Order: sequence, then structure tokens, then C-alpha cells
Amino acid sequence: MSVVVRTVTRVILPVALAFGAYVIMHGHLTPGGGFQGGAVIASVVALLVVVYGGARLKGAKGWFAVLEDVGALAFVLLAFLGIGATFFRNVLAGSGGLFGNPVPQPGPNPGDLNTAGTLPLMNWAVGLKVIAGLGSVVLLLSLFGREDG
Amino acid sequence: MGNMPFVVSMILVGLGFLALITRRNLIKLTIGISVIEMGVNLFLVSLGYVKGGIAPIYTYAPPGFKEMVFPTPQALTLTAIVIGLATTALMLAFAVVIYRHRGTLDAGKIRELKG
Amino acid sequence: MKRWLFGAAFLVLVGYLIGGGIWLHPFGVPARDEMDRYFIENAQAEVAANNVVTSIVFDYRGFDTLGEATVLLAAVVGVALVLRKVKG
Repeated sequence: MSVVVRTVTRVILPVALAFGAYVIMHGHLTPGGGFQGGAVIASVVALLVVVYGGARLKGAKGWFAVLEDVGALAFVLLAFLGIGATFFRNVLAGSGGLFGNPVPQPGPNPGDLNTAGTLPLMNWAVGLKVIAGLGSVVLLLSLFGREDG
Repeated sequence: MGNMPFVVSMILVGLGFLALITRRNLIKLTIGISVIEMGVNLFLVSLGYVKGGIAPIYTYAPPGFKEMVFPTPQALTLTAIVIGLATTALMLAFAVVIYRHRGTLDAGKIRELKG
Repeated sequence: MKRWLFGAAFLVLVGYLIGGGIWLHPFGVPARDEMDRYFIENAQAEVAANNVVTSIVFDYRGFDTLGEATVLLAAVVGVALVLRKVKG
């Protein structure tokens, strides 16, 4: 692509990555979550494929496979944390530890990032899964049938 | 006139069906199926609307709110959107492979599965 | 002949859908609301999350999300299988 597109991509790239990470991280406080933020970051992968071509990103396929496995395994393991009571029991909520604070006050409140137990961790697991899944779909569609793919 | 969101989502479903029965290009068929999915998602979300409700999020909610929109249809719509995305990706991959092998995207010219 | 049949069937289907939309319960007044009211009132105390939708997606209905993640994985594996590189 032309130099204008490449320069604009270099400017947009960190902003889009930060916005996607924000959407994933604040999934239990604001609209959004793992799926939405993962889709935002996967759109960065699509942008890179459009600008630089799929062949230069060929090496990312293995990393995407690893990320997909890590996300799926982390999700299932977090679900197994609550196997003492039931599957998907939220054991970390209200325990005082990691993400264990109660909500500041019932009803409308400014929100506290350190709440909601396993929800933020599951958001990150699903976010990694969606990044890897959509990213590898875009990459595979762009690489199909190419000699250098 | 009060039920306009339901009617609009059903019109979207009808337009998707129209695309499915009148078009033969595989990409256009994929677009038609996506339009049907969007109509169904819109219908699900509008089923859970409560008159005067706000989004079901307590962070910086207006203090004197009366109602919240129902959250369960929204959660299930999130599931449906992701599954629709997965099926769309798979259909596009099939379209790419069919074009590579047959040299055409016309569903009427792909005779192996006819009958 | 065939074309007329398809057109008539399509018109019947669309009329059925739009009629169903018109004569459904009024917009903004859902019929059953016990479960959603429970979620809205108790999600902050039970899950400690401000976002009720996220608390349903990942806590109350976690199995749905597990199945959804499995569908996503299956779709990605299917795309990778369909678009693999074939020798020769």
C-alpha cells in the first residue's frame, strides 16, 4: 500500500491496541468484554494484512495457535476453580483477594476494577481466544492459494 | 405503530430470505444469511426492552433510574453474534475454495450437488 | 410456474413474520420478567460486577459461553482445514 496508508496505520495501531485492551479489561464495569475487545484487536490484524500483505505476517500463525490454546485452557481451568461447589462457581468474588473486592455500594457507583472475581480473568481468556481465532481466520483467508503463503 | 422494532427486524429477515431465493452468487448468499442473522439478533434484543429502561450496567448509572432493560436477551444475543460470525467465516472459506476449484461463484453452475 | 410458487410461498412467509411482529405483545412491556428482575437486583451482591450482562455471560450462564467458545474453536479449525495447503 502507499506511504500514506502505512503512516496512518503506524499512528492508529497503538491506539487500537490500547482501546481493545481497555475494552477487555473493563468488561465487568463498562459495555464490552472479551468478545468485543478481541474483535477490536483482531481488526488490527486485518489492518496489518491489508497494509503489509499476508506473506509478511506468515510467522504469526503459530503464535495464534498457541494463543488460542492458552485462551481455551485458561477458560476451562477458571471454570474448574469452582468445582468444589459447581462448575463455573465464582469463587474469587468477594473473597478479598485477586479481583475480590465487593462493589463499592449497591446501585449506581463509579466502579472498582478490582471486583467481580473470575469475570475479568475469563474476559482475558475469551479475549485471547477471539484475537487468535479471528486473526488466524483473516490471515488464512489472505494466504490461501499463494505460492509464498 | 408501537411494535415497529419487531416489524423492522422481521422485514430484515424477509429481505434476507429474498436474497437467498433470488440470488445465485455465493458471496451474496452469505450476505443474505448474515442479514437474516442481524434481523434475528435485533428481534431478540428488542424483545427484552422495557419502556424507559437504561442499559443494565451500574457504572455511573443515572441515580434516579426506574427500570433496566432485561439483560438475558442481550447476553444470548452476544452468543448468537459470535456463532453467526463463526458460520460466516466458514461460509466465506467455502466460497473461496469453491472459486479456486471451479472458477465460478455461481451456485447454479456447481452441478455436483444438484438434484 | 415454479417461480410463481416460490413467490407465493415467500409472500406468505413474510406476511406471517410481519403479522407475528405486529400482534406480538406490545413493545416495551415484556411478558415474563421474574428471572431478569432477579438478575438485575442480585447480580451486584452475588457476582460483585457492575455489568449485569457480563455477569450473566460468564457466571449465571457460563455453560452457554463454554459452548460458544467451542463453536468458535470449531469454526477456526474448520477454516484452517478447508484452506490448508494441498500438495500437487
